[in-house]
Amino acid sequence: MTHLSNNKPVDTQITNAAFIPEMFVIKKIRKETEDTFTIELAAENGETSFEFLPGQFNMLYVHGCGEVPISICGDPNRPNKLFHTIRMVGDVTRAIRRLKVGDMLGVRGPYGKEWPIEKAEGKDIVIVAGGIGLAPLRPVVYHILNNREKYKRISILYGTRMPSDIIFNKELESLRGRFDIDLYVTVDRADQKWMGNVGVVTTLIKNSNFDPENTTAFLCGPEIMMRYTAIACQQQGLAPENIFVSLERNMKCGVGLCGHCQYTGKIICKDGPVFNYDTVKDLIKKREI
Amino acid sequence: MKNLESYLADHPFLKGMGKKHIELIVGCAKNVRINPGEYLFHEGDEADLFYFIRDGKLAMEVFRPQKGSIVFNTLGNNDVLGWSWLVAPYIRHFDCRAMDVTRAIALDGNCLRKKCDEDHELGYDIMKRFVNLMEDELMALRLQLLDIYDTPIK
Ligand SMILES: Cc1cc2nc3c(=O)[nH]c(=O)nc-3n(C[C@H](O)[C@H](O)[C@H](O)COP(=O)(O)OP(=O)(O)OC[C@H]3O[C@@H](n4cnc5c(N)ncnc54)[C@H](O)[C@@H]3O)c2cc1C
Repeated sequence: MTHLSNNKPVDTQITNAAFIPEMFVIKKIRKETEDTFTIELAAENGETSFEFLPGQFNMLYVHGCGEVPISICGDPNRPNKLFHTIRMVGDVTRAIRRLKVGDMLGVRGPYGKEWPIEKAEGKDIVIVAGGIGLAPLRPVVYHILNNREKYKRISILYGTRMPSDIIFNKELESLRGRFDIDLYVTVDRADQKWMGNVGVVTTLIKNSNFDPENTTAFLCGPEIMMRYTAIACQQQGLAPENIFVSLERNMKCGVGLCGHCQYTGKIICKDGPVFNYDTVKDLIKKREI
Repeated sequence: MKNLESYLADHPFLKGMGKKHIELIVGCAKNVRINPGEYLFHEGDEADLFYFIRDGKLAMEVFRPQKGSIVFNTLGNNDVLGWSWLVAPYIRHFDCRAMDVTRAIALDGNCLRKKCDEDHELGYDIMKRFVNLMEDELMALRLQLLDIYDTPIK
């Protein structure tokens, strides 16, 4: 196995092999929206066992084109199924979209720090996702559903640009049917056919039901959205130490060696991508980085 | 069901307001109910009322000729709707349609403006609360304008 799968600090494990992707076969491709799709990957020998922690990512390699970091978005309890949800933005992500079922994709990982879901046990949980930001948080949702009794109130707040940009439609519908989770979806704009909420996702915070003294919030989406969502959470009494964000920067090695994703003193691929908001709140306002 | 006074006294928007002022406000309040599809008001109407939404859902819309209406915001439980009653010439700037059965407490803007003119302490208190509401709405609108989820693929 070439991937660094036992979640130990990567520094101690780095070998040349860590940079050689393992080849996976595309088993399924599901269109989520016009520009976003989900792929299911299987190991070449058919025996997939890809353990990961919610929040970790893989480097996906398209032969002759390049490599990109993409979060793992499946159920951490089902390591036999490896899922990635990808939005086409440029060369590599478009090249992945052009691949067909049966084609090969290189995978290195899992890398990065996870969402602190175990530390959040016994607390209310607020999950706020914007756009494709729901993908890195989906394993958190699976984990909570698998361990529902360990958490108190759960609020999932999800914002997108338009109704047609909503990903994981089926899963969201089934979550909405549950009595033990509050799910709110909002879009920035809509026509009269849309019966849901309209308005930025930050506006959902004030009406969601959580005890600010005993809540952990997980935020993922465009950085500007996380910044204002964190402010809205703090206005409701949540301390910055109890807010976690997932940051994105262009990455190369994925294991903290090349410094490509350096973010002042932090290396996003190794120290993150999940960070405690308190430790990055001054950085994400800075223009220079 | 709570009566008007205890509902308003407990409402987050009026948090901390003295009993005397709550009583003055209650004198301008009444219960309203609106069915799905009905319009609470249209653009250009006189802005004589504002609302504390008890439960339900309202869509703020702007009508575009030949293109239909676009919804730019929705409001629900515990939201406060409307500040045009505070700003002359007291005219609505958009349409408001009920998406679900909506129950609200309607406050008569004329009545409250008079009370604010007579009692400046009440007026200042109300003004501060509405400035906060306006700031929240302005911030949300700015984020909406930034189009933060912009699609890179055109
Ligand atoms: C830890 C981590 C996890 C990630 N998880 C996911 C995921 O689960 N799903 C997913 O779709 N993406 C994810 N991303 C983002 C993804 O890595 C980038 O979109 C990808 O690297 C872009 O590569 P490209 O070659 O297709 O585009 P490029 O050719 O590199 O860029 C093309 C254009 O897109 C813009 N662009 C690049 N990255 C982004 C971005 N993240 N958002 C918006 N615009 C961008 C560039 O500025 C440029 O204008 C993640 C990133 C990180 C760091």
